[in-house]
Amino acid sequence: MSHHILDARRILCPMPVIKTQDLVATLAPGDTVEVICTDPGATNDVPAWSRINGHKVLNIIKENNEYIIHIEVVELESQS
Amino acid sequence: MLATKVIMDQGVHVEGINFFTGFCVEGHTHAIRKKDQSKPKRNNALWVAEQLGIKLHIVDVIEDYKNVVLNPKHGYGSNLNPCLDCKGFMVAEATKWIKANNFDFIITGEVIGQRPMSQRRDTMPVIQRESGAGDLLLRPLCAKLLPPTLPEQEAWVDREKLFDFSGRSRKPQMALAKKLNISDYAQPAGGCCFLTDQAYSHKLADLWQARGKRDYEIDDIMLLKVGRHLRPKDNFKLIISREEGETHFLEGYRKQFVHLRATSHTGPLALMDGSYSDEDLTLAARLVARFGQGRDADLVEVEINLVDGGKQQLSVPPLKSEEIPTDWYL
Repeated sequence: MSHHILDARRILCPMPVIKTQDLVATLAPGDTVEVICTDPGATNDVPAWSRINGHKVLNIIKENNEYIIHIEVVELESQS
Repeated sequence: MLATKVIMDQGVHVEGINFFTGFCVEGHTHAIRKKDQSKPKRNNALWVAEQLGIKLHIVDVIEDYKNVVLNPKHGYGSNLNPCLDCKGFMVAEATKWIKANNFDFIITGEVIGQRPMSQRRDTMPVIQRESGAGDLLLRPLCAKLLPPTLPEQEAWVDREKLFDFSGRSRKPQMALAKKLNISDYAQPAGGCCFLTDQAYSHKLADLWQARGKRDYEIDDIMLLKVGRHLRPKDNFKLIISREEGETHFLEGYRKQFVHLRATSHTGPLALMDGSYSDEDLTLAARLVARFGQGRDADLVEVEINLVDGGKQQLSVPPLKSEEIPTDWYL
């Protein structure tokens, strides 16, 4: 199990979601990802994407003007 | 949403594909502005997928989409919207995707006559042909008005349970939504693409003209969505934040652009796009002073930050409103 940090600062949705989706596709179950964003919309979209694909949102933290979304990969991301 | 539900109700496994071109309008694109932050911050495609309980694949097509915007075979709509080429491109991308991922056919929510370019009786077959989708493209909401597609011929779906909607009215769709217990849905009348917006298209055309070439990068098209854009001279334009939210957004571009801000008064952040002389910097500083709290002062101190890290401080009289020609505003 490994922990990954994804810098999604200063990009607007859906780019944080696309970057999360592309990273998670390379990870294994149990791996965790910390998505750091500045677009507040990402705090809805990244969790929504995670729920749809069966991954677990551990927490969402706001620090200054940044949002940190922690995700645990629950199943290997497959295309179907 | 409706087309998906109709097909899912026939027991077919459906997954969504959403293409991100860079020109997509979402509630939270507007929410950069603080005054709009009460608007829903949701991505409609994700939201719909979650409502339907299906997976959604968001595909970044920014680079490949450039050719659609820059060289549309079928031309533009009333602004820089290449709707027919756009639809053909997306269906072509979806066709590649289903083949790569072992899906059998594509569905869209198109309805004959609903949109003036891409959803006419004569243009819908063009999309089918030019995308390469052929009879793998099923439009469940108007399928009964079109020749049977492969999924209908093979009885993967029951054609009798599909629909014959046509025209601009959304009433049949709304009635179907009610029947399917769908009460909340995304905007039903387009408006999801900045290229259909007159002001946005004008700014994009200006960018091409100023640079002497028709091209763009993702940052260019994002910045066209934000701030007040003024072009005082052919060689440069200013992007001036209108409020705090936009200032925060533009701050992310400080390393890429010359940027200006009043230091003696509260005021906006401005990015300078293009080349400039000392005289241009003074003009830019006077404009920035005009849009801050010092607009009525005799002099405003403006700090200019150059891309190489250098700084200049100018003390300038703000431009008066009548000194700013209306054609500077893009």
